[in-house]
Order: sequence, then structure tokens, then C-alpha cells
Amino acid sequence: MNLTLEALHLVLPGGHRALAGMLLDVSRGERIAVIGPSGAGKTSLLRVLGTALRPSSGKLAISGVDPWSLPAGALRHLRSRIGLIHQAPPLPPRQRLVTAVLAGRLGAWGFVKGLASLAYPADIDGARAALARLDLADRLFDRCDRLSGGQLQRVGVARVLYQKPDLLLADEPVSSLDPQLADQTVGELHREARARGVTLVASLHAVDLALKWFPRVVGLRDGAVAFDRPPVRVTDAMLRDLYATETPVIPVQGVEPLQRPEPGPRATRRGAPPLCR
Amino acid sequence: MTAVQRDPVLVARVMLTVAGLALLWPAIELAEFDPRQLFAAGNLQTMGRFLSTFFPMALGADFLGLVLRSTLETLALATAGTALAIVLALPLAMAVSESLSISRVGPARRVWVGRLLRAPLRALLIFMRSIPEIVWALLFVRAVGLGPAAGVLAIAINYAGMLGKVYFEIFEAGDTRPARAVLETGGGRVHAFFYGVLPVALPELVSYSVYRWECAIRASVVMGFVGAGGLGQQMELSMRMLEGGEVSTMLVAFFALVMLADALSALLRKALT
Repeated sequence: MNLTLEALHLVLPGGHRALAGMLLDVSRGERIAVIGPSGAGKTSLLRVLGTALRPSSGKLAISGVDPWSLPAGALRHLRSRIGLIHQAPPLPPRQRLVTAVLAGRLGAWGFVKGLASLAYPADIDGARAALARLDLADRLFDRCDRLSGGQLQRVGVARVLYQKPDLLLADEPVSSLDPQLADQTVGELHREARARGVTLVASLHAVDLALKWFPRVVGLRDGAVAFDRPPVRVTDAMLRDLYATETPVIPVQGVEPLQRPEPGPRATRRGAPPLCR
Repeated sequence: MTAVQRDPVLVARVMLTVAGLALLWPAIELAEFDPRQLFAAGNLQTMGRFLSTFFPMALGADFLGLVLRSTLETLALATAGTALAIVLALPLAMAVSESLSISRVGPARRVWVGRLLRAPLRALLIFMRSIPEIVWALLFVRAVGLGPAAGVLAIAINYAGMLGKVYFEIFEAGDTRPARAVLETGGGRVHAFFYGVLPVALPELVSYSVYRWECAIRASVVMGFVGAGGLGQQMELSMRMLEGGEVSTMLVAFFALVMLADALSALLRKALT
């Protein structure tokens, strides 16, 4: 899916201005990291892209269509093609992993199949395969409240992988994982996006992860884009500036100094951000 | 900008407390509540005389058989009535629950349509519970005749109103994010309920429903007084014939029923957590 945001404003019910004049253009199959201090609008942006929040003004187009102009049925169909990984996975504590993962495809399944799957899981193999990608296959029939926070977050990822969305959104998908698992999980998201050629937009707290994995990095501050460029052209000064209000240190998860990928032939070219590395 | 020195909600809290007390006082006055009356000499004596007729308890085999049959009837009446009430209340609660509203995601421009549709359903729930079960029972006794069937219908309607209200409050009070996440991935209202709301709310739903079942057992006694069957109908007969001993036996049976309900509730609660 390609995405277009122009002069997009979002005022939350409390009156807080979460997005102020967002400008973003994403082509199909692009993989984008969104970074920025807390309160910069990362979650709001992802929820707007996931059609969970309606912009207050400005232009939003998903695959060239304003989702909020669609009739109810078409909007539901569009939503079934968008998967959002939540920072705190929205899983009921008493639900079993198999059910939690299968719920990812409720939008695609019909009414009857969705209900029948509660009596007997409709696709045990599919759920197991999705969990296996995050090393959780052995917990398939466990309840969510028997898992640790990090494991639960990976279940949330597995659910969206199982959904097979055309637009993959991730809101700090690895915030409660240790560095090694975080790296592995972001890698899994990449493999998925690449293999199926779908668009991936992920907000990340750890800047090193963003720079390592994503061909395009968007810095967000005060609800607007501060910079938007390939990782090789993101300087330490820009990062310090981005996080100036929050912390004098650039947030990373690893201990090594910030690494950027070797500039490939496309990344060095000025102008359009590279589509792949 | 000056920093806020005081807790900003302090004034509101004090005002609310004062307002609450100001409303409570006239209520006590209006209800003519005066505890001294209870202990006035004449009143104590009258109450004592009434209670003394309760002993000895009636323990004849015939009568115990009748009590057993009436107890089972009460149990059946309350169970059938509550089950029907649950069947009526669940879809109504799902319909009025805002956390299951698809148009609230966003919110969409047509969100007011949902609000408009929910208002009459809420009114229906209020109507069903605002008319006391005893009035419903009087109505249904005229429709289906004396006996437990009238009690079942009365409980079903009245309790559906109460259960519906509490159910949807439970739905809203729990974590609504799982349901919303289902709606956000294109799932429907019913899917969101079964995948997002029910697993969160189940223990509370069960515990409240069992409590309502216990209430139904007690209510069925009151309804028995107007001819809706069960222990209540027998109790009314015994009272009219001034058979205090029979009344006390039935009160013991009744106590046992409520204990049973309490034990069941505790058991289910344990099993569900």
C-alpha cells in the first residue's frame, strides 16, 4: 500500500494537538522507521495510518483513497488489510495464544468461521507457524497471562504476521525485549515485509535499531516531520537535536556506538530515499 | 506561568462531599427513619409476640415434603427466570456497549447514528428494570394464571433489565483495548465481543449473574405472595393461617437455598480465575 499524508492535523479528544501538519509520502513496499522523543506523535501517526483515529484536518490517502470517505463495509475490508502491532499488546489475559493469534484474521474470515474458531481453533498449524517465527511455538495452548511481558509482545507480533496485512504498522514493537530478541524480531518484520512486498512503518525507541534495519528514517518532533532521509545521512547532531527536549543522550538499546549501514550505490545518491538495500 | 501549588481537584472534592451530605439528610428525614422507635417498650413487646409464634418449628413429614417440593419449585423458578434474563440481557448489553461500536473507532463521521440507535435500547433496559418484578408478576399471573410460570416471566423481564445494565457497565469498565483491536483489524461487533470482551469480563459476568440468581431466589418468595408459586406462595398461606412454626421451617429452607447460591458463586469464582 502506498500512503500519502498532507498537512495532516490530529487533535485528540482532550484537546492535545498530536499531529500538526504531518507531511509524508510512502511508496508501496517501503520500510520506514519513525523515531522521536515520547509525545512526538509516533503512536498517533501509526493509529492514523491504521484508520483507528480520524484526522481532524488535512489529507490522508491509503492506496490513493481517503479511508474516511469509504462506506462502512469497504472501511472494514481495508482495516482487515492493515495490521498494527501495539506497544502494549491488546490481549485478554485469559485468552490462549492460539486464539489470540488467530484473531488476527477475523476481518478476513467470515462471521461464522470467526465464531466456529472459538469452539475449535480454525487454523492451529497457521497459528503455530506464526508463533514459531518468534520462538513461541511451544506455548501455543498456554494462556496469555502465563507469559512474560516480552513474550506477550512477541505474541502481538505473531498475530499481525498471521494476519498477513498489506500494510504492516508497528508501534514500538520491541520495547520490552532484550537487545538480541529485539534485533531478531525487527528482522522478522523485515523478512515478512520484503518477502511479500508490503509496506512497513515502525516506530522505534532505540535509534540504533532504526538506523541498522531501515532504508528510510523519519524523525518526528511536536507532531511534525523533523527529518526524513536514509540512515547514512542521519547525523548525530540531528539526533541530538531531535531528542534535545527529552534527554541529552540518544536512546539506543545496544552498548556499541551508533552504526550506520555501509552506503550502498543507491543510498549515496541524493534525492529520493532508497527503496531497498 | 505559575506552578500549581494545591491539588487542583481539592475544591471539587470538598463541594461534592458537602453536596452529598446535604442530599442525604433530607432523605433520612423524609424516610421517617428514627432508630429510637425500634426500642420503645410497646414496639419491642409486639415484635417479641410475633416472633414467639415461630416456635416450635413445624416438622411433620407431610409438611416437610411440601416444603421440599416448594423449595425445588422456587429453585426451578429462579433458575429458569435468570437463564431467560441472561439470554435477553446479553444481546441488549452488546448492542448498547460503546466499546463494541465500530463507528466509535476514529471516530467515524456517522458515529451519531450509533448513538441514536443505542438510546432507545437503553430506555428499554431502564423500562424493564424500573417496573418492580412484583408488578410484572401481578401482570403475568393474570396472563398465564397462578403458578411458577408467571414468576419465571416476571424475573426474566425485570432481571434482563438489571443484568443488561450491569453487563454493559462491566464491558466498559474492563480493558476495552482487546475489543478495539479486533474492530481495528476489520472484525465485527460480535467477533469483538467474543474475542475481546468476553475473555476479559467473564469472571465478573459469572459472579454477578450468580448473585442475581441468588436475588431471584429471594424475589421469587415475594412474588409467591401474589400467587407466582414456590416457597413464597406456601409462606403466604401459612402466614395467613397464623402458622408461625411453618413459616420458620420455610425460612430455614430458604436460608439453605441462599447458602447454596453463595457456595456455588464462590466455587465458580475460584474456577474462573
